[in-house]
Amino acid sequence: MNPDIQSVLAAIDGILLGKPREVRLTLACVLARGHLLIEDVPGVGKTTLAHAFARVLGLAFQRIQFTSDLLPADIIGVSVYDREQGRFDFHPGPVFSQVVLADEVNRATPKAQSALLEAMEEQQVTVDGQTRALPAPFFVIATQNPSNQVGTYPLPESQLDRFLMRIHLGYPDAKAERALLGGETRRSVIEATTPVLDTERLLALQTAARGVHAAPALLDYVQALLTHSRQSPAFGSGLSPRAGLSLLAAARAWAFIEGRNAVLPEDIQAVLPGVAGHRLMPPDGSMSGGDALVRRLVDDVAVP
Amino acid sequence: MASAKRAGRDRVVTLSPDRITGLTASLSLVLAPHAVRIPLWMVILAAAAMILRTWIAWRGQRLPRTWMLAVLTLFAALGTWMSYGVIFGRDAAVALLILMLCLKLMEMRDTRDAMVLVFLAYFTVITNFLYSQSIPMGAYLLGCVWAITANLLAIQRAGQPRVTGLLRESALLLAQAAPLMLVLFLLFPRVQGPLWALPQAGAGGLSGLSDAMSPGSLSSLSLSDAVAFRVEFGATPPKADTLYWRGPVLWDFDGRTWRAPGTDLVGQAELEIGGTPIRQTITLEAHDMRWLFALDMPGGAPTSSYLTLDLQLRAARPVRERMRYEVTSFPSYRLGRYEVPGLLERALQLPASFNPRSRQLAETWRQEGLTPEQLVQRALTMFREQPFVYTLTPPAAAGHAVDDFLFVTRRGFCEHYAAAFAFLMRAAGVPTRVVTGYQGGTLNPVGKYLIVRQSDAHAWAEVWFEGRGWIRVDPTAAVSPLRIERGAAAALPGVGAVPLLGQVDNDWIKDLRFAMDMVANGWNQWVLDYSPERQMNMMSRFAGGHVSWRGISTALVAATGIVVAILALIALRHTRSAPADPAWLLWQAFSQKLAKHGVARASNEGPRAFAIRASAALPRHATSIRAIAALYARLRYEEGSRPDDLSNLKRAVRELRLD
Repeated sequence: MNPDIQSVLAAIDGILLGKPREVRLTLACVLARGHLLIEDVPGVGKTTLAHAFARVLGLAFQRIQFTSDLLPADIIGVSVYDREQGRFDFHPGPVFSQVVLADEVNRATPKAQSALLEAMEEQQVTVDGQTRALPAPFFVIATQNPSNQVGTYPLPESQLDRFLMRIHLGYPDAKAERALLGGETRRSVIEATTPVLDTERLLALQTAARGVHAAPALLDYVQALLTHSRQSPAFGSGLSPRAGLSLLAAARAWAFIEGRNAVLPEDIQAVLPGVAGHRLMPPDGSMSGGDALVRRLVDDVAVP
Repeated sequence: MASAKRAGRDRVVTLSPDRITGLTASLSLVLAPHAVRIPLWMVILAAAAMILRTWIAWRGQRLPRTWMLAVLTLFAALGTWMSYGVIFGRDAAVALLILMLCLKLMEMRDTRDAMVLVFLAYFTVITNFLYSQSIPMGAYLLGCVWAITANLLAIQRAGQPRVTGLLRESALLLAQAAPLMLVLFLLFPRVQGPLWALPQAGAGGLSGLSDAMSPGSLSSLSLSDAVAFRVEFGATPPKADTLYWRGPVLWDFDGRTWRAPGTDLVGQAELEIGGTPIRQTITLEAHDMRWLFALDMPGGAPTSSYLTLDLQLRAARPVRERMRYEVTSFPSYRLGRYEVPGLLERALQLPASFNPRSRQLAETWRQEGLTPEQLVQRALTMFREQPFVYTLTPPAAAGHAVDDFLFVTRRGFCEHYAAAFAFLMRAAGVPTRVVTGYQGGTLNPVGKYLIVRQSDAHAWAEVWFEGRGWIRVDPTAAVSPLRIERGAAAALPGVGAVPLLGQVDNDWIKDLRFAMDMVANGWNQWVLDYSPERQMNMMSRFAGGHVSWRGISTALVAATGIVVAILALIALRHTRSAPADPAWLLWQAFSQKLAKHGVARASNEGPRAFAIRASAALPRHATSIRAIAALYARLRYEEGSRPDDLSNLKRAVRELRLD
């Protein structure tokens, strides 16, 4: 295993207790240059996860609390007229950061949401006709609260596709909870943690992760999964080609984290719940049951 | 709790509106031919159900509740019973099926319901054949099957499949099924009997000769273009003016109507034959009567039919299905030289009080002392020389029909001439009977066979001469020789009522009609009338000897197997990719080895996951299991595997001893 990866994981595992799998999925998401959607109830450590990653990876961090009155300008930034200079000055918004936590993204109006999602997709924002690149790496963690849906705008399916993965954190187990209760506040733990990486080294890791080999036999497996999701009546809408690319990128990152230089079917299966869970819909058009559908997809398709 | 219970009661509609629309559209195609056969209220109900279901689908409305459907079902059954008086039998059962099918639409929610509907639709397609088995109907129903199969594909697919793609795939499926269909058609053992026979419509709608002839009966038949029968001759067809197709022989006259005897005149006819025998293979359309037709005079009866004393060819049962028979006729003959005296007596009977002027005429002839032959000539001369007119539209006859015709109107069709001639002869003391049947026919130059239509219906007379027997005399020939030589159309110029084909002068339209008739004839002969006998004959000819049912069944199984194998080979050739990876084959062998020891690899299990599970289950072999899994993963998934990896894997798998 890559020593950098090892120390990153050790550091984050020390902050977010008892969630090694979710931490590795998040890291895979970062390495695959994707964005992450966390769907869970408040207080299970979504902010801590985002914060810890920014700190350990040595990246600039910004948090945007989404509210119903949030405007696109609040995210992207705004041009202000400077009377003395006689020109407009652009004041960049919180999106101009390397790790952006978009908290409770479903509370904001679709207009504000799409401002963020466009930035995620394009890696740049356009204000007053001028295109400004976002810093690299650029990693968005959006959180969504699945309960208390009154007065919210859940992200539509087409927007969900912009997120490489969607994960749930869930409650910690008894041992981790005990350690959490007995330890210091997470904020002070994060403060005390020193960054393991910096921008340069993270970009290098991203490049390395992209070079992980995917053999023809493995691509056969990915294609079999995609085809099955499109043809079987168990799924409402199949996985898109973009979903296929995302799946492969995430699996490469996962194999890289595991310290291998080739993707195995197990890597695909490991990231599939995160990558496909929010992309698979049951045939009746309801939004539920994504994880059960992923299990079914894995069960139905043989490894070629 | 409450919501869960509710969800159980009415399941969610999971079929997309476009699938529902496709289903209802194909269903309406299937049911369309039935629309003219079922009562109007059913048509309206069925159409309403289909429209309503489509509307519900697109508008996302609720489906009707179960109790409403139950009530509707009850009313539908009641309505069927009120309309037909029964709910069984062809018409009522088909109507009921249609209603239930449309009601089933109203509770169609998910794929399973749609499947039920698709299969019902396939079944309903067949019911159309209970009414019509023509080529256009066959082609139309094939189109229906095509559409239904596209629906079947659609409900098995995720997402929004394109209609053109579905239709193409459906056509491909049907094309693949075609050879199998052919095999089953040709070889599936056929059984004669009520199980296989299609129910036939009653006598209604079938036209043809009857056992009685009154003025107007044949001329009305002459308006019909329908085919009576088709004839193939063994050799060149005889000349048109000798083509007298013998049908019912009428003996009894009541003053207006000539009738055949109520019971057959059973007995061996006394027939001396000569001349070249004419072999005919006749395909007779259903006419619900027992006559078969043959040229004058048939020398013997085909199977399940017999010849009567007056040489009518009678089938054992009314001809309710198209039938095909072979018969040989003899153009030169002597019939009944020593006829039964009782019959000759019968051939002289006339009702007393009818047609006094005709009787008087015959009486004057008789007093002239003419021989029977001279009497016949006298009558024919009268028809020829006096201004008699051959016409389809004679004026209506009053009480004394023969008197009226002979002395007043002098306009008539063949039945008038035959009836008047027979009356005169009987009145003059010459035994005479009327023979009805067909005369002539159209030679189809495309198929080299003769088509005899209802418009060729004809009537003539037979007189009995001492020492010569029964002689055919056709008084119509005396009036209008053209009728006998070239058919009714040529003899009746400028008459609008002659059937269409008769009027057409245009050669290519004629040719087209002939070609179409040939196709229809082939369809009748080879598809609809592919009977057990024909099947046996064909198989025997193919095998060059007698074939048993067991032989046919074996051939069926073998041919089905061959067809399926060929289709499978074609299909496999398209899907087979590169030759199987040797590493993968070794991995399969390894998996099988472990499966024998209770550690079966799930089909979706990768090498690492399986290695971990297997080595936990078989700890003694953990090292070799892991080594094999690692080698396999390297060979199959990694770059730059070492050259000896494959041989190592092979050896490791071979040497793995689990016991």
